[in-house]
Amino acid sequence: MLQDRDRIFTNLYGQHDWALDGARRRGDWDGTGAILARGREALVDEMKASGLRGRGGAGFPTGMKWSFMPKQSDGRPHYLVINADESEPGTCKDRDIMRHDPHKLIEGALVASFAMGAHASYIYIRGEFYNEARNLQAAIDQAYAAGLIGRNACGSGFDFDLYLHRGAGAYICGEETALLESLEGKKGQPRLKPPFPAAVGLYGCPTTVNNVESIAVAPTIMRRGASWFSALGRPKNTGTKLFCISGHVNKPCNVEEELGIPLRELIETYAGGVRGGWDNLLAIIPGGSSVPLLPKEICDTVLMDFDSLRDVKSGLGTAAVIVMDKSTDVIKAIWRLAKFYKHESCGQCTPCREGTGWMMRVLARMVEGRAELEEIDILEQVTRQVEGHTICALGDAAAWPIQGLIRHCRPAIEQRIAEYKRSAKPSRGPAMPLAAE
Amino acid sequence: MAKLTIDGIEVEVPNGSALIQACEAAGREIPRFCYHDRLSIAGNCRMCLVEVEKAPKPVASCAYPVADGMVVKTDSPMVRQARRGVMEFLLINHPLDCPICDQGGECDLQDQAFSYGRDHSRYLENKRAVKDKYLGPLVKTVMTRCIQCTRCIRFSAEIAGVPELGATARGEDMEVTTYVERALTSELSGNLIDICPVGALTSKPYAFVSRPWELKKTDSVDVLDALGTAIRIDARGAEVLRILPRVNDDINEEWLGDKSRFSLDGLKRRRLDRPWVRRDGKLRPASWTEAFTAIAERLRPGGRALPGERIGAIAGDLCDAESMVALRDLMTALGSANLDCRQDGARLDASRRDFYLFNSSIAGIDEADALLIVGANPRHEAPVLNARIRKRWMQGACAVGMIGPEAALTYPVHWLGDTPVALSGLQERVTREPAESATVDFATALRQAKRPMILVGQGALARPDGAAVLAACWRLAGAVGALTADWHGFNVLHTAAARVGALDLGFLPGPQGRDMEGMLGGGVDVLWLLGADEFDTSRIGPDTFVIYQGHHGDRGAARADVILPGAAYTEKNGTYVNTEGRVQRGFVAVLPPGEAREDWRILRAVSEVIGHRLPYDDLDGVRRRLVEVNPVFERGRRYARLACTDPGGPAGDPAAVAADAFRPAVPVYYLGNPISRASPTMQECVRVLTRGEAPALEAAE
Repeated sequence: MLQDRDRIFTNLYGQHDWALDGARRRGDWDGTGAILARGREALVDEMKASGLRGRGGAGFPTGMKWSFMPKQSDGRPHYLVINADESEPGTCKDRDIMRHDPHKLIEGALVASFAMGAHASYIYIRGEFYNEARNLQAAIDQAYAAGLIGRNACGSGFDFDLYLHRGAGAYICGEETALLESLEGKKGQPRLKPPFPAAVGLYGCPTTVNNVESIAVAPTIMRRGASWFSALGRPKNTGTKLFCISGHVNKPCNVEEELGIPLRELIETYAGGVRGGWDNLLAIIPGGSSVPLLPKEICDTVLMDFDSLRDVKSGLGTAAVIVMDKSTDVIKAIWRLAKFYKHESCGQCTPCREGTGWMMRVLARMVEGRAELEEIDILEQVTRQVEGHTICALGDAAAWPIQGLIRHCRPAIEQRIAEYKRSAKPSRGPAMPLAAE
Repeated sequence: MAKLTIDGIEVEVPNGSALIQACEAAGREIPRFCYHDRLSIAGNCRMCLVEVEKAPKPVASCAYPVADGMVVKTDSPMVRQARRGVMEFLLINHPLDCPICDQGGECDLQDQAFSYGRDHSRYLENKRAVKDKYLGPLVKTVMTRCIQCTRCIRFSAEIAGVPELGATARGEDMEVTTYVERALTSELSGNLIDICPVGALTSKPYAFVSRPWELKKTDSVDVLDALGTAIRIDARGAEVLRILPRVNDDINEEWLGDKSRFSLDGLKRRRLDRPWVRRDGKLRPASWTEAFTAIAERLRPGGRALPGERIGAIAGDLCDAESMVALRDLMTALGSANLDCRQDGARLDASRRDFYLFNSSIAGIDEADALLIVGANPRHEAPVLNARIRKRWMQGACAVGMIGPEAALTYPVHWLGDTPVALSGLQERVTREPAESATVDFATALRQAKRPMILVGQGALARPDGAAVLAACWRLAGAVGALTADWHGFNVLHTAAARVGALDLGFLPGPQGRDMEGMLGGGVDVLWLLGADEFDTSRIGPDTFVIYQGHHGDRGAARADVILPGAAYTEKNGTYVNTEGRVQRGFVAVLPPGEAREDWRILRAVSEVIGHRLPYDDLDGVRRRLVEVNPVFERGRRYARLACTDPGGPAGDPAAVAADAFRPAVPVYYLGNPISRASPTMQECVRVLTRGEAPALEAAE
């Protein structure tokens, strides 16, 4: 269990003052100038040594991402873009950082921008986060007024500007290149990669896009050292992480814990356990809506970190733990996610545009049981046809929950279909609707 | 250069190429829908997926840069599986209406479905239906067929320069639309039909007319502007049904203007299909013999030959070189030096070829780094050329200046004024010592350019001070270093396909010959109009005997005393010289209607009747005569752009320019020649696009 002294987000629940004075009392902005004085290389190396993996979902090592930025500018400015478009269903960690601890993010933005030679940074915040944007903007203004950012930030001689940009409510704008398009004022559609943003990003300049949480932990890592951070958690899955526990638990909550904590311990310690007891558990989606669900047998023992969850064919994602007890219609739950992805697909590339609607419609019939058994396999194949064939990861994200459903809950679907066939009156006609041509 | 192995074949391609180009270099055909050579890369159809060694997933070859040592498989089980998947997705919401789809037979989706489609659909839900959009009188939409490849969006934004198409909504609700319902304001909109890989955008006038396999395809050259765009004429029986562009990177790349593409229904209307002779003030049908006799009588009134100076000939804008050389020879035989081809009165100087050619060549626009347009609106006078200028502008570092009526050219221009006085002002600023000010104005850009271009339009020349304007432009070209041995930056943009050919043949007043002005108003007794319709025929003297030889019952024919029915450009083997001086040949696609004949044959027949037999009996003979008159017509001669070896300019005093504003040479793009004037499609375009009226209601289907 994480000791209180090792917590990074000490105002996660908003009990204290979120503004600059409160943040300073909690240790933010302490010796930031001295951190910057260590130099770019040292900061990137420190970040690499900490083993921090990106908190936005993919888990790419943050230090390595920073090191992809050109060491010398070729005349183009560098940019840091902070992805605060937290739209993944079940996820609400960045939101609490921004409303209760915005100075962590602002200080992190300065440290990270300095490490990458970026004199300007943009925070792309989800449009629906109105209060969060207000707090964050107020905090930015405070930091400017206190000389912490702006010209000669923290007395380091480094000029740094930070801008807050509000999105307009599209899930796809959380995809890093779609975010850049949106930030440039265009329609939020993912770009083709390569070139990667580190080479050609915002306005064609070298850009790094990081998640809010990845940036917000950076100052503490720099202050307390990479060895402190990497001592937490498990090898290759180091440090602490904000977990968002929702669904059928007694006390849904956000909590900071070490990576690698057993899932059961996480839920029972912080969320008051599963509604009706652990045995009433049906399945858990461990990392936000994009990852496959885990049935109870796996949840009993699985550890909450990137590699452990990958080994059970799921993923840590954003660490948004969605708990479903036995009262859940799991097919309907996954259909709801499929509907979400169908609604949020940008429509640019074929497999995702056409596949998400197809998957949703088949699942809609399966919720009723109005399908044929062989359609389960067809649905599985369709998810395989989407996965890995699209420009961005939304196609994968739409496919994985359905694959998880079929992998772990196939009997439930088969039973539903059988029940429907039993109850169907002969006058109803064929179970399968005829294709309209 | 990067070395790749594609299906075991080693190829070398330039760095920065897309993988799909490397695959093509290896002779592998990669199916694609969204990728197009001349458009930006979208990478969204996902049909071109290939397997790259060490890559975990199949990659879209159109969007993947090549790297040295790449090992690629284009036909592995993984690739085939991926493409089948994509094809299935494309088809689930695509209607099964191939039997009533105009794209059938030339549809990329149909073709690829043969290779990668399933024999049945696994999609059991309802298909998507999308409301059709109105894009104007030329492009028909069936948006349910759209596969969202966005080629049309990219074409209109990048090539046509009218960003009027876009996509609204997202996911499977994404629709290609004009946002607000209205016609596309592009002169290149017909190209949308060509680039659409499915039947979503098809030709409105051609709707339900024919299937591609029923058509006889003839390669030819367009004559409705002076570019000499490469076209393919699709005909069935005696009817031209469709005109499409051919790829010619030197001229039109693969685009074609709307007028050239859609005027073809004018080829069936108002045609002259038999000779006519005016008797008692009224045109009456006649036989060829009667027509010839009437001409012969008029040329020998009372048995005495009319003196040569009382006979004149004017060549029109669509004439082939063969008919013009025949008419010129006939006039010479009759002792006449009264010849002219400049119906618009353009003060062209034909004493040297580079005084009237587009010397930089059309492809040379790609090299230019500053361009001054004088008295031209390339968007209306040569839309394909305008797209080329826009392409150059898009690449950056090319300032475009303009003197003439303000016009939206699809790229920003430095507008310097609309009178020739602005030309003098520019000359002054260009020759003056560089100013201290740091602002880079157009004059500075033009002076500093390595390859400056001056483009002179007919609007600048078809005016009383035309010769002075021409000389002033030449002088300016010299001052900015456009007249050198390796770069000839002086360019005349013609609007008539026949003009350069006529100038090359010397279809101009001979010694003591009258020009057009002199022939009108009773200057001659017999006036031969060879397809000349682009002037006010009321200026012809009332007693002048007018012989009109041409294919359309237009202005010239209405004034004629004898009408000799000729062939339109789709109906004859003709030689045309485009504005850059490139000699090209068009071929017979269909036969002329009724009794109409190829024009040079008519002239040959007349010559016999009036006793001045022309010395050629077949097409080869006429063409030998062309070479005799001017060796540029020699067969097999390769086009090479001219160098400026002599900076001496055309006749005309650069200082004698007038102060009145330039006027557009082509006031209405969709008209300007008898074929387009006879075309209902062009009339509808004029109504909707030029005058902005509401479109005619379409019949319910």
